[in-house]
Amino acid sequence: MLKFILRRILIMIPQLFLLSVLIFLLAKAMPGDALTGQLAANPKMDPQTLEEMKEKLGLNDPVHIQYIRWVKNMLHGDLGLSYTHQQPVTDLLAGRVGNTVLLSAAILILTYLIAIPLGIVSGRWTDTWADKLIVGYSYIGYATPLFIFALIMLFIFGFHLGWFPTGGSVDIQVEEGTLAYYLSKLNHLMLPALSGALINTVVTIQYLRSEIIDTKVKDFVKTARAKGVPERHIYWRHILRNSFLPIAAFLGYEITGLIGGSVFLESIYSYPGLGQLFLQSIMQRDYSVVTALVMISGVATLVGTLLSDIILSAVDPRIRIE
Amino acid sequence: MKLEANGPTAVGTNVEKSPSPLSIMWRELVHDRLALGSLIVLTIILLIVYGASLFLDQEEIVKVDFLAIHSPPSAEHWLGTDYGGRDVFGQLIIGARNSFTIGLAITLITGVIGLIVGLVAGYFGGWVDNIIMRIIDFILVLPFLMLVIVFVAIVPKYNVLTFILIMSAFLWTGKARLIRAKTLAERELDYVSASKTLGTPDWKIILFQILPNLSSIIIVNLTLNLAGNIGIESGLTYLGFGLPESTPSLGTLVSYATNPDVLQNKWWVWLPASLLILVMMLCINFIGQALKRAADARQRLS
Repeated sequence: MLKFILRRILIMIPQLFLLSVLIFLLAKAMPGDALTGQLAANPKMDPQTLEEMKEKLGLNDPVHIQYIRWVKNMLHGDLGLSYTHQQPVTDLLAGRVGNTVLLSAAILILTYLIAIPLGIVSGRWTDTWADKLIVGYSYIGYATPLFIFALIMLFIFGFHLGWFPTGGSVDIQVEEGTLAYYLSKLNHLMLPALSGALINTVVTIQYLRSEIIDTKVKDFVKTARAKGVPERHIYWRHILRNSFLPIAAFLGYEITGLIGGSVFLESIYSYPGLGQLFLQSIMQRDYSVVTALVMISGVATLVGTLLSDIILSAVDPRIRIE
Repeated sequence: MKLEANGPTAVGTNVEKSPSPLSIMWRELVHDRLALGSLIVLTIILLIVYGASLFLDQEEIVKVDFLAIHSPPSAEHWLGTDYGGRDVFGQLIIGARNSFTIGLAITLITGVIGLIVGLVAGYFGGWVDNIIMRIIDFILVLPFLMLVIVFVAIVPKYNVLTFILIMSAFLWTGKARLIRAKTLAERELDYVSASKTLGTPDWKIILFQILPNLSSIIIVNLTLNLAGNIGIESGLTYLGFGLPESTPSLGTLVSYATNPDVLQNKWWVWLPASLLILVMMLCINFIGQALKRAADARQRLS
């Protein structure tokens, strides 16, 4: 087990390195560098000072030196300066990251709250009308693009019925820390989280359904039934115990989907998180923010996959052999 | 000599030739009413879209007419007009044509790359496989959506072709991995070893023996991917990082809904395009699910 974990981490190191090189090169290819921000603040800079600034910022150094400096700064938490917001990127992200984490967590919780009961019903009572309905829902959910579903949800529940707010993460009037503040936050969270979750459930439902169908004809289940174990216990103690752990382990793989989803959801519900910041920054050509966000998402995806791989291999030793 | 000639024919008369994968797929498709209905609906949509787009002029449709801004559906404009007074129905037809064509192009390009890479990696194995798999693993853990957006934003002289290439650069990996896994399993089977012993060159084994056995999996995968690619394309165009404005897509029409007023009060601009994307993706998926069952003998209905 320890050997597997070590080997798995070893695989991640070159991936991390390649990721950083790729993003560094992309950042270099973007029009604008650390200087553009300074120039925006002071457009009438004479060529001499410009050259001095370039030297000071190290823009004349060879590429590999610049790369090493970039990585070093990043490890120290210095992600550069956002020139549209005129503040360090780290501060800018810190103000937004909470909302995105909150949204992602809400999507995951709702996903499991919806998917697990539906998957169990569908797998336990196959070919009943309930199963057919659930399978139908999972087909439609699989085919529906998130952005269209989210727009239609916003149209119906936000504008038409007016049940939920149509944008933002919290009302402006409420005071931070009060109960009203948290309720307002929850209220703003519901619609985007529900839109994300209803599309996100599909994989878990299908997984759970096929797991249960496969497991319930196995010998150990038949034995338990022959011994007179009540049906409820057969499901909870014998069948589902095996199926739940992998679902928990898939959490890490979900990160990629959540990051992509947050870009769409936050832009549709004008929810002030990292996804919305990413789109705004790329439209305003604020590339230091863009670079930081891509790097953070890349690292999050890598770490998520790593954790899932390790948990899965702990749950199911067959995966360890590669 | 005589024995050799007689042997197989004597057995051959008793054994019925097994049906080809295509005829199995067709039978499954016809047997599944939902899939058959989807096939008919999709065919009708595509006939209308490609037929009507022959008579519509893209230049004419994207021309701005300030006298008819946001007019509701009428006899002249079947689905009303958008913020530039452009006919929504015309944009819907052109957009659906562009979205479908580009989705198809990405599917085919990624299919060919995935097929070649997967077959080579799976058949030869060893260090070739090792290197290819490391590259695939790396691309698969990249934050796909964000990187595509960054590429679209920084590529100079951005056009439809660059968009297709950027998308394809990321999307071939899943297919390559699938084909590789299947080839790996196929390679171990007796018929391949027998062929090798007889001295058949590798490329002949790959093309004429392994490839036909993978055909049903490839068709299923490409069908399901086509739906996905149309979704990703229209989604990116919705965000403003897909097709350039000169080539309207279904996502372009949906993107007008970023204006809350359009979303709330001018449903005719964005709702038809959204529903069309939804219907096309559902149809393709239902067809794909039926084909998937056909590829797996245990799940067949027919």
